[in-house]
Amino acid sequence: MTATDNVDGDRARRFRDAALPHLDDVFTLARYLMRNAADAEDAVQECYLRALRHFDSYRGPAMKPWLLAILKNVCVAEFARRSRQPVPAASAEDDTPLEEVPMWQEPQASPETELLRRFDDATVRRLVGALPQPFRETIVLREINDLSYREIADIVGAPVGTVMSRLARARAMLRTAWNAEDGS
Amino acid sequence: MTCDEAEILLHALIDGELDAGHARDVETHVAACPACAEKLEAFRAMRQAFAQAPLKEAAPAHLRNRIEAALAVPAAKISTPRQSWLASARASWKNFFGGFAVGTALSAALAASLVIAVIRNDQNQQIAGDVVSAHLRSLQAGHLTDVETSDQHTVKPWFNGKLDVAPPVIDLTAQGFTLIGGRLDYINGQPVASIVYRRRKHVINLFVAQPLGAAVHGVKDETVQGFNIRHWSEAGLDLWAVSDIDAGELDEFGQKFTAALHAPGPS
Repeated sequence: MTATDNVDGDRARRFRDAALPHLDDVFTLARYLMRNAADAEDAVQECYLRALRHFDSYRGPAMKPWLLAILKNVCVAEFARRSRQPVPAASAEDDTPLEEVPMWQEPQASPETELLRRFDDATVRRLVGALPQPFRETIVLREINDLSYREIADIVGAPVGTVMSRLARARAMLRTAWNAEDGS
Repeated sequence: MTCDEAEILLHALIDGELDAGHARDVETHVAACPACAEKLEAFRAMRQAFAQAPLKEAAPAHLRNRIEAALAVPAAKISTPRQSWLASARASWKNFFGGFAVGTALSAALAASLVIAVIRNDQNQQIAGDVVSAHLRSLQAGHLTDVETSDQHTVKPWFNGKLDVAPPVIDLTAQGFTLIGGRLDYINGQPVASIVYRRRKHVINLFVAQPLGAAVHGVKDETVQGFNIRHWSEAGLDLWAVSDIDAGELDEFGQKFTAALHAPGPS
Protein backbone atom coordinates (compact mmCIF):
# COMPACT_ATOMS: atom_id res chain seq x y z
CA MET A 1 0.00 0.00 0.00
CA THR A 2 1.37 3.40 -0.90
CA ALA A 3 1.37 6.49 1.29
CA THR A 4 -1.32 8.01 -0.90
CA ASP A 5 -3.56 5.03 -0.31
CA ASN A 6 -3.04 5.46 3.42
CA VAL A 7 -4.00 9.11 3.32
CA ASP A 8 -7.00 8.32 1.12
CA GLY A 9 -8.00 5.50 3.41
CA ASP A 10 -7.87 7.63 6.52
CA ARG A 11 -9.77 10.42 4.85
CA ALA A 12 -12.41 8.04 3.57
CA ARG A 13 -12.79 6.55 7.04
CA ARG A 14 -13.25 9.99 8.62
CA PHE A 15 -15.74 10.82 5.92
CA ARG A 16 -17.71 7.61 6.44
CA ASP A 17 -17.90 8.20 10.20
CA ALA A 18 -19.14 11.75 9.70
CA ALA A 19 -21.45 11.27 6.73
CA LEU A 20 -23.02 7.82 6.87
CA PRO A 21 -25.11 8.53 10.00
CA HIS A 22 -27.09 10.98 7.84
CA LEU A 23 -27.88 8.48 5.13
CA ASP A 24 -31.57 8.19 6.05
CA ASP A 25 -31.99 11.97 5.97
CA VAL A 26 -30.30 12.22 2.60
CA PHE A 27 -32.30 9.31 1.23
CA THR A 28 -35.60 10.77 2.47
CA LEU A 29 -34.98 14.11 0.78
CA ALA A 30 -33.93 12.30 -2.39
CA ARG A 31 -37.19 10.35 -2.37
CA TYR A 32 -39.16 13.59 -2.20
CA LEU A 33 -37.08 15.36 -4.81
CA MET A 34 -36.75 12.51 -7.30
CA ARG A 35 -39.75 10.34 -6.37
CA ASN A 36 -38.61 7.51 -8.57
CA ALA A 37 -36.80 5.12 -6.21
CA ALA A 38 -34.00 4.16 -8.60
CA ASP A 39 -33.21 7.80 -9.42
CA ALA A 40 -33.29 8.68 -5.74
CA GLU A 41 -30.77 5.95 -4.94
CA ASP A 42 -28.46 7.05 -7.73
CA ALA A 43 -28.70 10.64 -6.52
CA VAL A 44 -27.81 9.61 -2.97
CA GLN A 45 -24.81 7.65 -4.14
CA GLU A 46 -23.64 10.51 -6.33
CA CYS A 47 -24.11 12.89 -3.39
CA TYR A 48 -21.84 10.81 -1.16
CA LEU A 49 -19.16 10.41 -3.81
CA ARG A 50 -19.21 14.12 -4.52
CA ALA A 51 -19.11 14.94 -0.82
CA LEU A 52 -16.09 12.67 -0.37
CA ARG A 53 -14.29 14.43 -3.20
CA HIS A 54 -14.90 17.79 -1.52
CA PHE A 55 -14.42 16.64 2.04
CA ASP A 56 -11.04 18.40 2.25
CA SER A 57 -12.64 21.79 1.79
CA TYR A 58 -15.49 21.03 4.19
CA ARG A 59 -15.59 23.31 7.24
CA GLY A 60 -17.90 23.58 10.15
CA PRO A 61 -19.70 21.18 12.40
CA ALA A 62 -22.97 20.76 10.54
CA MET A 63 -22.56 17.76 8.26
CA LYS A 64 -26.23 17.12 7.58
CA PRO A 65 -27.08 20.42 5.85
CA TRP A 66 -23.88 20.17 3.85
CA LEU A 67 -24.82 16.74 2.53
CA LEU A 68 -28.38 17.83 1.82
CA ALA A 69 -27.09 20.85 -0.12
CA ILE A 70 -24.98 18.55 -2.28
CA LEU A 71 -27.89 16.19 -2.79
CA LYS A 72 -30.16 19.05 -3.79
CA ASN A 73 -27.56 20.16 -6.27
CA VAL A 74 -27.20 16.69 -7.74
CA CYS A 75 -30.96 16.52 -8.25
CA VAL A 76 -31.16 19.98 -9.83
CA ALA A 77 -28.34 19.08 -12.20
CA GLU A 78 -30.11 15.92 -13.20
CA PHE A 79 -33.33 17.80 -13.94
CA ALA A 80 -31.38 20.35 -15.95
CA ARG A 81 -29.74 17.59 -17.94
CA ARG A 82 -33.04 15.89 -18.64
CA SER A 83 -34.67 19.07 -19.78
CA ARG A 84 -31.99 19.37 -22.48
CA GLN A 85 -32.70 15.88 -23.74
CA PRO A 86 -35.68 14.33 -25.45
CA VAL A 87 -37.95 13.06 -22.72
CA PRO A 88 -37.68 9.29 -22.52
CA ALA A 89 -40.81 7.25 -22.16
CA ALA A 90 -41.57 6.73 -18.49
CA SER A 91 -40.59 3.26 -17.46
CA ALA A 92 -43.17 0.97 -15.98
CA GLU A 93 -41.75 0.89 -12.46
CA ASP A 94 -41.78 4.68 -12.07
CA ASP A 95 -43.89 5.80 -9.16
CA THR A 96 -44.79 8.94 -11.05
CA PRO A 97 -43.71 10.08 -14.49
CA LEU A 98 -41.83 12.94 -12.91
CA GLU A 99 -39.74 13.63 -16.00
CA GLU A 100 -42.67 15.31 -17.63
CA VAL A 101 -43.11 17.84 -14.84
CA PRO A 102 -39.75 18.09 -13.13
CA MET A 103 -40.20 21.25 -11.08
CA TRP A 104 -43.89 21.82 -10.75
CA GLN A 105 -45.91 18.79 -9.84
CA GLU A 106 -49.50 19.88 -9.58
CA PRO A 107 -51.52 18.12 -6.91
CA GLN A 108 -53.63 15.48 -8.53
CA ALA A 109 -56.86 14.21 -7.11
CA SER A 110 -57.09 10.48 -7.42
CA PRO A 111 -60.07 8.29 -6.56
CA GLU A 112 -58.45 6.84 -3.47
CA THR A 113 -57.60 10.24 -1.98
CA GLU A 114 -61.27 10.75 -1.49
CA LEU A 115 -61.63 7.60 0.57
CA LEU A 116 -59.00 8.50 3.11
CA ARG A 117 -60.23 10.37 6.10
CA ARG A 118 -57.63 9.60 8.65
CA PHE A 119 -54.24 11.21 8.48
CA ASP A 120 -52.09 8.17 8.67
CA ASP A 121 -48.41 8.31 7.73
CA ALA A 122 -49.13 7.36 4.15
CA THR A 123 -51.55 10.25 3.80
CA VAL A 124 -49.17 12.79 5.23
CA ARG A 125 -46.45 11.49 2.94
CA ARG A 126 -48.69 11.63 -0.08
CA LEU A 127 -49.93 15.16 0.63
CA VAL A 128 -46.36 16.38 1.05
CA GLY A 129 -45.34 14.56 -2.12
CA ALA A 130 -48.14 16.28 -4.02
CA LEU A 131 -46.90 19.77 -3.13
CA PRO A 132 -45.29 21.63 -5.99
CA GLN A 133 -41.62 22.34 -5.83
CA PRO A 134 -40.11 24.39 -4.14
CA PHE A 135 -42.71 24.15 -1.38
CA ARG A 136 -42.22 20.42 -1.14
CA GLU A 137 -38.51 20.59 -0.47
CA THR A 138 -38.91 23.43 2.02
CA ILE A 139 -41.41 21.53 4.13
CA VAL A 140 -39.36 18.32 3.94
CA LEU A 141 -36.18 20.11 5.01
CA ARG A 142 -38.06 21.69 7.92
CA GLU A 143 -40.35 18.93 9.16
CA ILE A 144 -38.47 15.78 8.30
CA ASN A 145 -34.81 16.78 8.08
CA ASP A 146 -35.37 19.15 11.00
CA LEU A 147 -33.21 22.00 9.77
CA SER A 148 -33.29 25.64 10.84
CA TYR A 149 -34.50 28.39 8.50
CA ARG A 150 -30.92 29.52 8.02
CA GLU A 151 -29.78 26.05 7.01
CA ILE A 152 -32.71 25.64 4.63
CA ALA A 153 -31.92 29.03 3.07
CA ASP A 154 -28.35 27.93 2.37
CA ILE A 155 -29.50 24.69 0.80
CA VAL A 156 -32.20 26.07 -1.46
CA GLY A 157 -30.13 29.13 -2.34
CA ALA A 158 -32.77 31.64 -1.29
CA PRO A 159 -32.96 34.27 1.44
CA VAL A 160 -34.42 33.32 4.81
CA GLY A 161 -37.41 35.53 4.04
CA THR A 162 -38.18 33.40 0.98
CA VAL A 163 -37.89 30.26 3.08
CA MET A 164 -40.38 31.73 5.53
CA SER A 165 -42.90 32.61 2.87
CA ARG A 166 -42.51 29.22 1.15
CA LEU A 167 -43.05 27.46 4.43
CA ALA A 168 -46.15 29.53 5.16
CA ARG A 169 -47.44 28.79 1.67
CA ALA A 170 -46.61 25.08 1.90
CA ARG A 171 -48.45 24.72 5.17
CA ALA A 172 -51.42 26.67 3.85
CA MET A 173 -51.60 24.34 0.84
CA LEU A 174 -51.26 21.28 3.04
CA ARG A 175 -54.00 22.56 5.28
CA THR A 176 -56.31 23.02 2.30
CA ALA A 177 -55.56 19.53 1.04
CA TRP A 178 -56.01 18.17 4.56
CA ASN A 179 -59.41 19.79 4.93
CA ALA A 180 -60.45 18.63 1.50
CA GLU A 181 -59.76 15.05 2.53
CA ASP A 182 -61.43 15.47 5.86
CA GLY A 183 -64.55 16.98 4.39
CA SER A 184 -64.98 14.58 1.49
CA MET B 1 -48.61 43.92 13.90
CA THR B 2 -50.82 43.28 10.88
CA CYS B 3 -52.44 39.96 10.04
CA ASP B 4 -50.22 39.69 6.95
CA GLU B 5 -47.13 39.92 9.11
CA ALA B 6 -48.56 37.58 11.71
CA GLU B 7 -49.44 35.03 9.07
CA ILE B 8 -45.79 34.59 8.23
CA LEU B 9 -44.38 35.04 11.69
CA LEU B 10 -46.64 32.51 13.35
CA HIS B 11 -44.80 29.83 11.41
CA ALA B 12 -41.51 31.13 12.74
CA LEU B 13 -43.14 31.05 16.17
CA ILE B 14 -44.15 27.39 16.04
CA ASP B 15 -40.80 26.50 14.51
CA GLY B 16 -39.02 28.12 17.45
CA GLU B 17 -37.23 30.60 15.21
CA LEU B 18 -38.35 33.81 16.87
CA ASP B 19 -36.52 35.58 19.62
CA ALA B 20 -38.43 36.11 22.85
CA GLY B 21 -39.49 39.70 22.09
CA HIS B 22 -40.99 38.93 18.70
CA ALA B 23 -42.58 35.73 19.93
CA ARG B 24 -44.37 37.88 22.49
CA ASP B 25 -45.47 40.31 19.75
CA VAL B 26 -46.97 37.49 17.70
CA GLU B 27 -48.69 36.05 20.73
CA THR B 28 -50.13 39.45 21.61
CA HIS B 29 -51.53 39.82 18.11
CA VAL B 30 -52.94 36.30 18.13
CA ALA B 31 -54.62 36.87 21.47
CA ALA B 32 -56.58 39.76 19.97
CA CYS B 33 -57.25 38.26 16.53
CA PRO B 34 -59.50 35.20 16.27
CA ALA B 35 -58.63 34.58 12.61
CA CYS B 36 -54.90 34.37 13.31
CA ALA B 37 -55.53 32.39 16.48
CA GLU B 38 -57.43 29.82 14.47
CA LYS B 39 -54.57 29.55 11.99
CA LEU B 40 -52.00 29.22 14.72
CA GLU B 41 -53.93 26.39 16.27
CA ALA B 42 -54.38 24.60 12.94
CA PHE B 43 -50.70 24.87 12.07
CA ARG B 44 -49.67 23.75 15.53
CA ALA B 45 -51.84 20.66 15.08
CA MET B 46 -50.24 20.08 11.71
CA ARG B 47 -46.74 20.28 13.19
CA GLN B 48 -47.86 17.81 15.81
CA ALA B 49 -49.04 15.41 13.12
CA PHE B 50 -45.70 15.74 11.37
CA ALA B 51 -43.78 15.16 14.55
CA GLN B 52 -45.71 11.98 15.29
CA ALA B 53 -45.64 10.47 11.82
CA PRO B 54 -42.48 8.46 11.15
CA LEU B 55 -41.78 10.22 7.89
CA LYS B 56 -38.09 9.66 7.63
CA GLU B 57 -37.43 6.78 5.33
CA ALA B 58 -34.71 4.30 6.11
CA ALA B 59 -32.27 3.93 3.27
CA PRO B 60 -32.53 0.40 1.91
CA ALA B 61 -29.70 -1.94 2.92
CA HIS B 62 -28.59 -2.49 -0.66
CA LEU B 63 -28.08 1.27 -1.09
CA ARG B 64 -26.05 1.49 2.11
CA ASN B 65 -23.89 -1.40 0.94
CA ARG B 66 -23.46 0.16 -2.46
CA ILE B 67 -22.31 3.45 -0.96
CA GLU B 68 -20.00 1.84 1.56
CA ALA B 69 -18.41 -0.15 -1.25
CA ALA B 70 -18.01 2.98 -3.38
CA LEU B 71 -16.45 4.94 -0.53
CA ALA B 72 -13.89 2.20 0.06
CA VAL B 73 -12.44 2.71 -3.42
CA PRO B 74 -9.66 5.35 -3.69
CA ALA B 75 -11.11 8.57 -5.00
CA ALA B 76 -9.34 8.49 -8.36
CA LYS B 77 -10.86 5.13 -9.23
CA ILE B 78 -14.45 5.99 -8.47
CA SER B 79 -16.78 5.72 -11.38
CA THR B 80 -20.13 7.40 -11.22
CA PRO B 81 -23.25 5.27 -11.38
CA ARG B 82 -24.58 6.71 -14.59
CA GLN B 83 -23.06 8.68 -17.37
CA SER B 84 -25.59 11.44 -16.77
CA TRP B 85 -24.27 12.35 -13.34
CA LEU B 86 -20.79 12.67 -14.72
CA ALA B 87 -21.87 14.96 -17.51
CA SER B 88 -23.69 17.23 -15.14
CA ALA B 89 -21.19 17.28 -12.31
CA ARG B 90 -19.13 20.20 -13.51
CA ALA B 91 -22.00 22.48 -14.43
CA SER B 92 -23.83 21.85 -11.22
CA TRP B 93 -20.97 22.34 -8.80
CA LYS B 94 -20.76 25.88 -10.02
CA ASN B 95 -24.27 26.43 -8.73
CA PHE B 96 -23.51 24.94 -5.36
CA PHE B 97 -25.64 27.24 -3.28
CA GLY B 98 -27.42 28.78 -6.22
CA GLY B 99 -30.27 26.34 -6.71
CA PHE B 100 -33.41 27.36 -8.44
CA ALA B 101 -35.10 30.35 -6.96
CA VAL B 102 -38.74 30.24 -7.84
CA GLY B 103 -40.73 33.18 -6.61
CA THR B 104 -43.69 32.66 -4.36
CA ALA B 105 -46.98 34.44 -4.24
CA LEU B 106 -47.23 34.95 -0.52
CA SER B 107 -45.59 38.27 0.20
CA ALA B 108 -42.00 37.22 -0.22
CA ALA B 109 -41.02 40.84 0.02
CA LEU B 110 -42.85 41.20 3.28
CA ALA B 111 -41.16 38.12 4.66
CA ALA B 112 -37.80 39.43 3.54
CA SER B 113 -38.35 42.69 5.33
CA LEU B 114 -39.47 40.95 8.50
CA VAL B 115 -36.66 38.49 8.61
CA ILE B 116 -33.81 40.84 9.27
CA ALA B 117 -35.36 42.02 12.48
CA VAL B 118 -36.72 38.88 13.97
CA ILE B 119 -35.06 35.62 13.07
CA ARG B 120 -33.02 34.11 15.82
CA ASN B 121 -30.67 32.68 13.26
CA ASP B 122 -29.37 36.12 12.60
CA GLN B 123 -27.81 35.58 15.97
CA ASN B 124 -24.38 35.56 14.37
CA GLN B 125 -24.90 39.22 13.62
CA GLN B 126 -25.74 39.93 17.23
CA ILE B 127 -22.80 37.85 18.37
CA ALA B 128 -20.52 39.86 16.09
CA GLY B 129 -21.70 42.94 17.99
CA ASP B 130 -21.06 41.19 21.29
CA VAL B 131 -17.61 40.17 20.17
CA VAL B 132 -16.70 43.76 19.34
CA SER B 133 -18.10 44.99 22.66
CA ALA B 134 -16.06 42.41 24.53
CA HIS B 135 -12.98 43.44 22.56
CA LEU B 136 -13.57 47.10 23.41
CA ARG B 137 -14.14 46.30 27.09
CA SER B 138 -10.89 44.38 27.19
CA LEU B 139 -9.01 47.40 25.88
CA GLN B 140 -10.68 50.06 28.02
CA ALA B 141 -10.84 48.59 31.46
CA GLY B 142 -7.20 47.66 31.77
CA HIS B 143 -8.49 44.14 32.04
CA LEU B 144 -6.99 42.64 28.96
CA THR B 145 -5.87 39.40 30.55
CA ASP B 146 -6.73 37.37 33.63
CA VAL B 147 -3.61 35.32 33.17
CA GLU B 148 -0.74 37.23 31.63
CA THR B 149 2.00 35.15 30.18
CA SER B 150 3.42 34.22 26.84
CA ASP B 151 3.69 30.62 27.92
CA GLN B 152 0.90 28.63 26.28
CA HIS B 153 1.37 25.89 28.86
CA THR B 154 0.37 28.35 31.58
CA VAL B 155 -2.59 29.82 29.74
CA LYS B 156 -4.23 26.56 28.71
CA PRO B 157 -4.51 25.00 32.20
CA TRP B 158 -5.74 28.30 33.57
CA PHE B 159 -9.03 27.75 31.71
CA ASN B 160 -9.53 24.36 33.35
CA GLY B 161 -12.72 24.28 35.39
CA LYS B 162 -13.76 27.73 34.16
CA LEU B 163 -15.25 26.56 30.88
CA ASP B 164 -16.89 23.51 29.40
CA VAL B 165 -14.36 23.46 26.59
CA ALA B 166 -10.59 23.22 26.51
CA PRO B 167 -9.63 26.08 24.19
CA PRO B 168 -6.60 25.53 22.00
CA VAL B 169 -3.89 27.91 23.18
CA ILE B 170 -1.15 28.26 20.62
CA ASP B 171 1.90 30.48 20.76
CA LEU B 172 2.32 32.14 17.38
CA THR B 173 5.24 34.39 18.34
CA ALA B 174 7.42 32.83 15.67
CA GLN B 175 4.72 33.61 13.11
CA GLY B 176 4.49 37.27 14.13
CA PHE B 177 1.62 37.11 16.60
CA THR B 178 2.71 37.22 20.24
CA LEU B 179 0.66 35.36 22.82
CA ILE B 180 0.17 37.64 25.78
CA GLY B 181 -2.39 35.83 27.87
CA GLY B 182 -5.91 34.62 28.41
CA ARG B 183 -9.12 35.93 29.86
CA LEU B 184 -12.56 34.70 30.72
CA ASP B 185 -15.25 36.70 28.95
CA TYR B 186 -18.94 36.54 28.15
CA ILE B 187 -20.49 36.51 24.69
CA ASN B 188 -24.22 36.19 24.24
CA GLY B 189 -24.54 35.37 27.94
CA GLN B 190 -22.20 32.43 27.67
CA PRO B 191 -18.72 32.15 29.18
CA VAL B 192 -16.03 32.02 26.53
CA ALA B 193 -12.28 31.87 26.47
CA SER B 194 -10.45 34.84 25.09
CA ILE B 195 -6.90 34.20 24.04
CA VAL B 196 -5.06 37.46 23.61
CA TYR B 197 -2.38 38.11 21.03
CA ARG B 198 -0.41 41.17 20.08
CA ARG B 199 0.64 42.19 16.58
CA ARG B 200 2.93 45.18 16.74
CA LYS B 201 0.84 47.57 18.90
CA HIS B 202 -2.47 45.98 18.04
CA VAL B 203 -4.38 43.57 20.23
CA ILE B 204 -6.14 40.54 18.81
CA ASN B 205 -8.79 38.87 20.94
CA LEU B 206 -9.49 35.31 19.86
CA PHE B 207 -12.78 34.18 21.39
CA VAL B 208 -13.24 30.44 21.62
CA ALA B 209 -16.46 28.74 22.63
CA GLN B 210 -18.84 25.97 21.88
CA PRO B 211 -20.91 26.93 18.84
CA LEU B 212 -22.80 30.06 19.86
CA GLY B 213 -24.95 30.71 16.82
CA ALA B 214 -25.70 29.16 13.48
CA ALA B 215 -22.91 27.04 12.08
CA VAL B 216 -20.53 28.73 9.68
CA HIS B 217 -19.17 27.06 6.62
CA GLY B 218 -15.70 28.25 5.80
CA VAL B 219 -14.53 31.61 7.04
CA LYS B 220 -16.77 34.59 7.51
CA ASP B 221 -15.16 38.00 7.53
CA GLU B 222 -16.96 41.11 8.55
CA THR B 223 -16.38 44.58 9.83
CA VAL B 224 -18.34 45.94 12.78
CA GLN B 225 -17.78 49.44 14.11
CA GLY B 226 -14.51 49.55 12.22
CA PHE B 227 -13.16 46.36 13.75
CA ASN B 228 -12.39 43.36 11.62
CA ILE B 229 -13.84 40.03 12.64
CA ARG B 230 -12.87 36.65 11.31
CA HIS B 231 -15.29 33.91 12.29
CA TRP B 232 -14.78 30.25 11.63
CA SER B 233 -15.51 26.84 13.12
CA GLU B 234 -12.96 24.22 13.85
CA ALA B 235 -12.70 21.07 15.92
CA GLY B 236 -16.27 21.58 17.13
CA LEU B 237 -15.48 25.08 18.36
CA ASP B 238 -16.54 28.51 17.23
CA LEU B 239 -13.68 30.94 16.84
CA TRP B 240 -13.93 34.70 16.50
CA ALA B 241 -10.80 36.75 15.99
CA VAL B 242 -11.34 40.47 16.40
CA SER B 243 -8.88 43.30 16.05
CA ASP B 244 -8.21 46.67 14.53
CA ILE B 245 -5.47 45.23 12.33
CA ASP B 246 -6.46 45.05 8.71
CA ALA B 247 -8.52 42.21 7.33
CA GLY B 248 -5.59 40.72 5.42
CA GLU B 249 -3.45 40.44 8.53
CA LEU B 250 -6.32 39.06 10.55
CA ASP B 251 -6.84 36.43 7.89
CA GLU B 252 -3.15 35.60 8.06
CA PHE B 253 -3.53 35.20 11.81
CA GLY B 254 -6.44 32.81 11.36
CA GLN B 255 -4.62 30.74 8.79
CA LYS B 256 -1.50 30.48 10.93
CA PHE B 257 -3.59 29.54 13.94
CA THR B 258 -5.34 26.79 11.97
CA ALA B 259 -2.07 25.54 10.54
CA ALA B 260 -0.48 25.41 14.01
CA LEU B 261 -3.55 23.70 15.42
CA HIS B 262 -3.23 20.92 12.92
CA ALA B 263 0.55 20.75 13.01
CA PRO B 264 1.92 17.54 14.53
CA GLY B 265 3.74 17.68 17.83
CA PRO B 266 2.96 19.02 21.30
CA SER B 267 0.86 22.12 21.56
